[in-house]
Amino acid sequence: MSVEPFIGLSALLFTIGAVGVLVRRNAIVVFMCVELMLNACNLAFVTFARAHGNLDGQVAAFFVMVVAAAEVVVGLAIIVSIFRTRRSASVDDASLLKL
Amino acid sequence: MTSLSSVVLAASEHAEVVPVAADGVFSWVWLVVAIPAVSAAILLIGDGAGDHGPLDRFGHLLGTAASIASFVVGLVAFIALLGRDAAERAITQDLWTWIQVGGFDVTMSVYYDQLAALFVLLITGVGSLIHVYSIGYMADDPRKRRFFGFLNLFVAAMLVLVLAGDYLVLFLGWEGVGLASYLLIGFWQEKRSAAVAAKKAFIVNRVGDLGLALGIMLMFAQFGTTNIHEVGLNVANASQSVATALGLLLLLGACGKSAQVPLQSWLLDAMEGPTPVSALIHAATMVTAGVYLVVRSAAIYDLSEVARTAVMIVGAVTLLFGAWIGCAKDDIKKALAGSTMSQIGYMMLAAGLGPAGYAFAIFHLITHGFFKANMFLGAGSVMHGMNDDVDMRHYGALRKVMPVTFVTFAMGYLAIIGFPGFSGFFSKDKIIESAFATNFWAGLAALLGAGVTAFYMTRVMILTFFGEKRWRDDVHPHESPKIMTVPLIVLAALSVGGGALLFSSWITDWLAPVTGEEHHELPVPAIVITAIIVLVVAAGVALAYVLFARREVPDTAPQNVSVFTRAGRADLYGDAVNEALFMRPGQYLTRSLVYVDGSGIDGAVNGTAELVGDGARGLRRLQTGFVRTYAAEIFGGSLVLVLALLAVNLA
Amino acid sequence: MTAFWLLAPIMVLAALGVVLARKAVHSALLLAVVMICLAMMYAMQDAPFLFAVQIIVYTGAIMMLFLFVLMLVGVDKTDSLVETIRGQRLVAVGVGVLFGFLLVTVVAQTTVGPVIGLGEANADGNVHGLARLLFNRYVFAFEATSALLITAALGAMVLAHRERLEPKRSQRDLALERMQRYAEHGEHPGNLPTPGVYARHNAVDVPALLPDGSPAESSTSKTLRERGVVREGAFQNDVAVTLRKLEADGSPRERGVIETGRSNGAEEDQ
Repeated sequence: MSVEPFIGLSALLFTIGAVGVLVRRNAIVVFMCVELMLNACNLAFVTFARAHGNLDGQVAAFFVMVVAAAEVVVGLAIIVSIFRTRRSASVDDASLLKL
Repeated sequence: MTSLSSVVLAASEHAEVVPVAADGVFSWVWLVVAIPAVSAAILLIGDGAGDHGPLDRFGHLLGTAASIASFVVGLVAFIALLGRDAAERAITQDLWTWIQVGGFDVTMSVYYDQLAALFVLLITGVGSLIHVYSIGYMADDPRKRRFFGFLNLFVAAMLVLVLAGDYLVLFLGWEGVGLASYLLIGFWQEKRSAAVAAKKAFIVNRVGDLGLALGIMLMFAQFGTTNIHEVGLNVANASQSVATALGLLLLLGACGKSAQVPLQSWLLDAMEGPTPVSALIHAATMVTAGVYLVVRSAAIYDLSEVARTAVMIVGAVTLLFGAWIGCAKDDIKKALAGSTMSQIGYMMLAAGLGPAGYAFAIFHLITHGFFKANMFLGAGSVMHGMNDDVDMRHYGALRKVMPVTFVTFAMGYLAIIGFPGFSGFFSKDKIIESAFATNFWAGLAALLGAGVTAFYMTRVMILTFFGEKRWRDDVHPHESPKIMTVPLIVLAALSVGGGALLFSSWITDWLAPVTGEEHHELPVPAIVITAIIVLVVAAGVALAYVLFARREVPDTAPQNVSVFTRAGRADLYGDAVNEALFMRPGQYLTRSLVYVDGSGIDGAVNGTAELVGDGARGLRRLQTGFVRTYAAEIFGGSLVLVLALLAVNLA
Repeated sequence: MTAFWLLAPIMVLAALGVVLARKAVHSALLLAVVMICLAMMYAMQDAPFLFAVQIIVYTGAIMMLFLFVLMLVGVDKTDSLVETIRGQRLVAVGVGVLFGFLLVTVVAQTTVGPVIGLGEANADGNVHGLARLLFNRYVFAFEATSALLITAALGAMVLAHRERLEPKRSQRDLALERMQRYAEHGEHPGNLPTPGVYARHNAVDVPALLPDGSPAESSTSKTLRERGVVREGAFQNDVAVTLRKLEADGSPRERGVIETGRSNGAEEDQ
């Protein structure tokens, strides 16, 4: 089983996730796209672990999952609290930084 | 011409003067300056409460008393100086260190020698008389107190100038008298012409002061000191060109202060000031500071024939220049101002002759101080009686109604034209003789000047005191009060007897340690020259008599006159030349510079600012505040990063 | 490799679906598809532990969390796919295409060398191998992760928690408040009218009628209004629509009890 198709798939998924982050306005969907990017990275990690014959890549993927879980929990909590105050889950509505 | 050996001789003579420290009465000479300075400070900044404070009522008395006290101190010091040996007559007293920067040391010191002593007496003596006169002349002026404060300030500054032992201190006094002159010319500042004249005097003087300042800087650069005595010692070892440069720069300064060609234009306008000011500052004392400077810097001029010749030429040109203007003016003060320029030209001419002429320059300076102050005060007295009318064509036949003024003015007149026996006769005669002995053309110019002087002074005399009454209807001439006539009488006496200073060559012997001494043999006996001078003077008087006493004097100046008269009335186009040569090009230069500044420099600066501003406005569009825009930028950045990595790898 | 080539298109399509789907719920479900496929890929690549964790943690826990939050937040206009920032979509797609193209190019350039495989590393079993690494070399990172998780849990609680600053209002207080508002602002004190007064079909999406015959907007759910699936409430209109439907069907039925059989969005979403 060669490595390149897995890496290519990983790159493709990462790009799709990134474009999704840019084009979607619903904060929850943006979050999902971020998860997609993280998962694409995980796939690359696992693939490289197999290519190099050690488990460090899998450990890294494991850590990514843990961090992702924590991030999702906090992120969603933030979305909920923003929604509570602004009655909106649009990332464009939180644009007070502009002039 | 002076031979080289005599130059060296003269220089070595200066080196023999060793100043001695002040003791006894001489340690109080500084009071001469301090008294009027303190008085000026009190009058100008003390007690400004109300219009009728004690200073406003008695301020003029304080100012006059200060001047007289200063004169008394000067007189005591002079008498003490007379009692000393000639070798011990240069006295110096260090008061305090004024500037001490690295190797540059300027001590505020009093340098009191024979020359300074004469000047102190002239300034405080004539100054005191004019103070007394001003009490009467300015009696009705509401700002009398300020006037006397300015007069005292002038006296103090002038004394600083003549008592300075250092060129920088001299410069301090030099600028001080310039300031006082400015303030007093513009004393009636509500008159536009007076304000403009004050500014003109100040600005023209700046040109001359620049020369003096550069000269002082050159001294410091060359010798590391600006002490007058030390500069005199050092200059003997310096190169010819340094001495010439110093001489010419100091001459420029002297030209500015003494209204010599080409910086003469301010003096005629300066007559806008009150008449006592014209008498004190613009006739007797300040304008002669240039002559003092040249004589004081004798050590420098002794070494540079070029500089000396320049002084002589300037003097000769101004002599004729001023006389010409004096012939054409109908304004009595301007006629006298032209005469002042002319007489200072005599002094400069004499100073340009070198050691042979220095003493005579000072002698003429002193006698001129007497008779010209006398005549200016007389003119003031006439104006006082004529409702401040200055046009001589409106005078006439005043000798009967103003007998004291007439007699005193006549004494001054006889002195200035050089009537035998009067002071001007001796001083002018000596200058013309020395000029002939040194340079024929200089002597001829001086002789011609004597004739023209006789002509225009006779004209002034006839127009003012003789002939028909040409008074305006509402004018009722009367003799001036005693407080004004007494100074006139004193000055008239001095004008008559001033020649006594030459008795048995007293003044030349007295000044010899300062100026050096030299005598040139005349090609013909002195008595012949004197006779010629008297003849020329008589011819000038006769011509004026024919032209003005035997004819009707027109009430207004005739317009169809010769080109010479027209030029004289226009001050020989001095203002026109200044405007054409300096003012207009200066204006064009400043205008073009303003344009360059506005469009070029400001344009570049503002353009840069606009560029930055526009750039910022453009870049601001990137800051939308939307998270997704920033995410897009980060994504784009990572793309660039990957591209860069790829480029590096492929390379 | 057959499994890979089977799964890869599904994953790419599902991922595109996540980005393109109009409704957030669809995105979430499609993301679950991607994740399950990923889990299978992990299994293919000798990572059984990660396979399990992917299914349990990601698909099981995280996706559920997403769905819960979706339910809490509800549906609003942000589901619209119309771009509001000028040029954003163009930039995103342009940069994305370039980026993806570049990454794939780079991958094609690299030579990974011979694939070693995990046979040796997984000799004691994958879980053992991972455990050995986690509790030896990565023990500090592992412990730090636990701290991170606790912090995240606390953070989420703090963020989502709302401090009660006043006593809980009783039913009496609420009733008094309602009457107060009615007295001051004329606000309707009772229940809002229920939809579907004329229950000839699934009446939730039909507004009640006011006495003058006009539809009462406030009687339908906000979510349905946002989605634009509320039917017009006028009776005549409704009768005409129904008749038209009946004629089109051609099958005579009992009037009054009509099953449209048409599923509507509300059922799909929740």
